[in-house]
Amino acid sequence: MRPFRYERPTDTDSAVAFLQEHAGARPLAGGTNLIDLMKLGVATPDVVVDVSRLPLDSVDRSGDGGVRIGTNVRNADLAAHPLIRADYPVLSRALLSAASPQLRNLATTGGNLLQRTRCVYFQDVTTPCNKREPGTGCSAIGGYTRYHAVFGHSSDCIATHPSDMAVALAVLDATVIVVGPGGERRIPVTRFHRLPGDQPQRDTVLESDELVVAVELPPPVRGAVATYRKVRDRASFAFAIVSVAAHLSVDDGVVTDARIACGGVAHAPWRATRAEETLTGRAATAASFAEAADAELAAAEPVDGTEFKVPLLRRTMIAVLRDLTAGSTSGRAGAAGQEDAR
Amino acid sequence: MDITLRVDGEQHVVTVDTRTTLLDALRDRLGNYSAKKGCDHGQCGSCTVLVDDRRVTSCLSLAVAQEGKDVVTAAGLSENGLHPLQQAFIDTDAFQCGYCTPGQVCSAVGTIDEARAGAPSLVTEDPGAEIALTDEEIRERMSGNLCRCAAYPNIVAAIRQVVDSAGDEAEGAER
Repeated sequence: MRPFRYERPTDTDSAVAFLQEHAGARPLAGGTNLIDLMKLGVATPDVVVDVSRLPLDSVDRSGDGGVRIGTNVRNADLAAHPLIRADYPVLSRALLSAASPQLRNLATTGGNLLQRTRCVYFQDVTTPCNKREPGTGCSAIGGYTRYHAVFGHSSDCIATHPSDMAVALAVLDATVIVVGPGGERRIPVTRFHRLPGDQPQRDTVLESDELVVAVELPPPVRGAVATYRKVRDRASFAFAIVSVAAHLSVDDGVVTDARIACGGVAHAPWRATRAEETLTGRAATAASFAEAADAELAAAEPVDGTEFKVPLLRRTMIAVLRDLTAGSTSGRAGAAGQEDAR
Repeated sequence: MDITLRVDGEQHVVTVDTRTTLLDALRDRLGNYSAKKGCDHGQCGSCTVLVDDRRVTSCLSLAVAQEGKDVVTAAGLSENGLHPLQQAFIDTDAFQCGYCTPGQVCSAVGTIDEARAGAPSLVTEDPGAEIALTDEEIRERMSGNLCRCAAYPNIVAAIRQVVDSAGDEAEGAER
């Protein structure tokens, strides 16, 4: 690991000032991804700004009936929080699908959003990688691609974003609150992560001197149902091959609002807008679920080795929509449970 | 830099590089070899310790970030005789080589504490109800600790033994 200076500011403004003064400064929260990347030589900050003790660690009901989640709320605490379990169980479920209990005890809300891809080439400094070292090429193209993209990738990068939490936040229409030298900025979570284009080194729209301070959720949608289903290579403690979060409002058998997001298939949580448009206004039937999934997957562009994800994602999306509308109450690992979002 | 670390109930002033992980500080500076270095990347759980009563991977925690926190290793659990979970691991033959065991024991403490506090897991059927630590729950909640000897069935049995005996005591107290 490269030597670095360690700073532990006591307020947000001082933390932002450190980030502003030192181009090579990186904020440290739970450390589950950053410390690992520093050991691997992938992250080489000159200054590590420990923000984990900033008082941004509460979950509060906001004035509009939504919820504000402090950036330092640990993933385990967020998943177990009564407000989240009662009003946003899809978020709780996505969080509990991720990592292991000891990692969830460390990992934070902001850190989860900012975690880097687990592409094996990104993590291996002996191989070319445009994300790690712009202009060197992409080793994943033609390489090991089990965790790689089928949507929105570029000739420079086919990596995926590994977060489960962010996929649930995408169907909840969450907002990321960031603070920089110029003050506060509010970014819809669906626009927070970028597609790689020709700048795969940039995962998000966050500037290097900005700090995520909170995530806000709008008030829960009355009568809506939502869940998260993750498909992975072992029953627990593994990244998604594909995952689907869905948030549906169904009135008298007709889908009045559909929000669907997919994980493990793109450089950002992938809002399946084609599927959503196809499904909205249609009867909640197996036929329309299949049609919606097909509409989305018609736009899929699998790379060498990710072709299997197209039928897998199709089946997963259909299964999630079916389970949500069938009134199943299963909560078992790997199965989608219906979870009333009130 | 010099930092103060509280480990297994004792304060230590140690000189560490900012790069030193909590795991390396425990082993190389304090001579506490309880937490083990397996993968050193947060994937195996053998370095699991309790920090402020929460199980964490000490390999992904910087030592300098632990000032003022209370660190407990598996060695610290046994200061007044074996911890019930340590005894249960022996009773049920829950290890072969033993390398992962200190991490397993700390993680088992976390498993029981978290369930008692009402924290759900992915397999919790009714998140509203009191959590029963079924074998399925134990397996899911212990998934962050790998055992290359594959002592998993007996690790579940060890935790089951402690959960069941705590339940018996609670019942006894009610009578």
